[in-house]
Amino acid sequence: MQEAMIKRAKELLADGSVNRVIGWKRGEFVYDVTPAVFDSAEELDADFVYDDFTAANVSKYLIKETKKEGKILAFLKPCDTYSFNQLIKEHRIVRENVYVIGIPGGPKLDAEKIKAKGITGILGAKNDNGTLRIETLYGEETMPYYEAVSVKCESCKSKKHMVYDELMGEEGDILQSNRFDMVEKLENMTAQERYDFWREQLSKCIRCNACRNVCPACSCEKCIFDNPDSGFENKAAVDSFEENMFHIIRAFHVAGRCTDCGECSRVCPQNIPLHLLNRKFIKDINSLYGEYQAGEDTTSRAPLTNYTTDDCEPSIVHERGVE
Amino acid sequence: MLKISKSKLNELFDAVSAKQALYLPVDRNDGAAEYKKYESGMTMSSALNTVRSAKDFFFPQTENLVDFKMEGKNIEVIDVREESEDFVIFGVRACDARSFTILDKVFLAEPVDSYYKNRRDHGTVVTMACTRPAETCFCKTFGIDPTVPEGDAACFDDGENIFFLANNDKGQAFIDSIASLLEEGDAAKLCEVQEKARAIMEKLPLAKLSTENFGGDKLTEYFNSEKWADLSEACLGCGTCTFVCPTCQCYDIKDFNTGHGIKRFRCWDSCMYSDFTKMAHGNPRLTQLERFRQRFMHKLVYFPANNNGEFGCVGCGRCLSKCPISMNIVKVMKALEVK
Repeated sequence: MQEAMIKRAKELLADGSVNRVIGWKRGEFVYDVTPAVFDSAEELDADFVYDDFTAANVSKYLIKETKKEGKILAFLKPCDTYSFNQLIKEHRIVRENVYVIGIPGGPKLDAEKIKAKGITGILGAKNDNGTLRIETLYGEETMPYYEAVSVKCESCKSKKHMVYDELMGEEGDILQSNRFDMVEKLENMTAQERYDFWREQLSKCIRCNACRNVCPACSCEKCIFDNPDSGFENKAAVDSFEENMFHIIRAFHVAGRCTDCGECSRVCPQNIPLHLLNRKFIKDINSLYGEYQAGEDTTSRAPLTNYTTDDCEPSIVHERGVE
Repeated sequence: MLKISKSKLNELFDAVSAKQALYLPVDRNDGAAEYKKYESGMTMSSALNTVRSAKDFFFPQTENLVDFKMEGKNIEVIDVREESEDFVIFGVRACDARSFTILDKVFLAEPVDSYYKNRRDHGTVVTMACTRPAETCFCKTFGIDPTVPEGDAACFDDGENIFFLANNDKGQAFIDSIASLLEEGDAAKLCEVQEKARAIMEKLPLAKLSTENFGGDKLTEYFNSEKWADLSEACLGCGTCTFVCPTCQCYDIKDFNTGHGIKRFRCWDSCMYSDFTKMAHGNPRLTQLERFRQRFMHKLVYFPANNNGEFGCVGCGRCLSKCPISMNIVKVMKALEVK
């Protein structure tokens, strides 16, 4: 796929259809790819990569990129197209300044999950029929391939692209995923168990803001938590705030707009399963307002910004809060 | 050399923790390691890096500096400093141990930071030599030998035993305090282990990375480099690299209004954040390019300029593993380098 993508990108650059390409750039190791904009065929040949480790969602960069001159080619995985559509709906991306090529998605791998197995000195990694063969400084190591799969790909919701100008590879389907299993497990806990679960997870937070900054739904020009004039600026990591408030406020803010792309959990240096907060909202919206998937289209009104006479009453809060 | 069998390590930890607080790296159930206060039965992690570095012990992410209490027109200034308790950090790697030398240059230079010094005076650093460096390790670039770590006392693992060596009086006092648990041991196998680790060091992917073309006199070469635009292009402006970094030392001081007084606190700052160095006149670094540049210029040029050539990086590799977009000091050095 990588070679075909480079070839197609070079064609579109050569005939003037686009003047830049956004994709992923090869790193020092097998896994450390960086989202990057390529301006020339030479750059593409030298550094463009699309492989097991290109998990990053490049949609959010298009807010900035589509405000520049000329058209940019963006390669989007199925999950990335949901973010893209949502950003179009929110008038954050200039649609005519981007040419979208849909490409097959994951599952993508997460090097941190390989390292968590105690495997160090990673020089290479290949999937061999469900076994990941890892070349290391200390000889070959193996582990089940699925155990190295990025959290965001563990319960893939869709192999189908929601938008594209051109498609490479075969189109997939929307999947019956198990993505709400863990949410249900949390719902079935007692309030104390659930509280303990989140305290343990959120107490790891170092308040680096990586989850917020990578999130395609977090596209405010100036976040209230960065604005000294807001009265809510909060740079210090304070246990009581991070554990109880910051991530929950953020989840509320993106409710109905979060497409469940999973970037928040992918980038968290402390492996906090932040996507579970978002999935709880998605699951609740589905059950209270009818099935809704953010990023499926660019025109529909989102349940939380729409009014229908079937909407649940605010009293639902009391009914659901009872143990 | 004095040693203890690895099977008896917990006896040692129990003995140390009976006298003072003992912190050591332990594995979490997500596979990452973090420093925890020792409780009987805990197993020390063999991980190279904890997610948060050991700098937290001397320079915590947040701390209260002073309280103010207001009554009418009177303001009472309340000193909240307390004498730190004695503590031991065990199992610190060579990279993190060197980071203390770097932090000392910032916080122990005049005017001495009494908050930092208090903890530094009361803390004993016991390091652990590395035997299995990772692909992200490049401490050698900064003149660190991970097989012979610094710290007050150093430990060496030959597979079966842990050997102890004092690097200074504080370290000797630590070893003396546990002497009844130690015995003389033959270090022949240890030398083999060290040789093996050194051989691996030569084969690391970043073994050839050099600081030769960086330093305090390279300001003009790099400050205006056109490479910064490309390098910083994908930066999310999050604080991950700065917060997992053992040498990043910038902090902000803020006042928190409790309603009946003020708590003045400091917290880690990040040059990646939009309000970093924001002053009354505005902000001298308006875009991510300038903030990004600041981080690497600080480590590779400004810090050595002000500290006799010492670089502000120890090659621990945390930023290589943790940056959400995998942009880091190694990539910056390789892209920027003017030979």
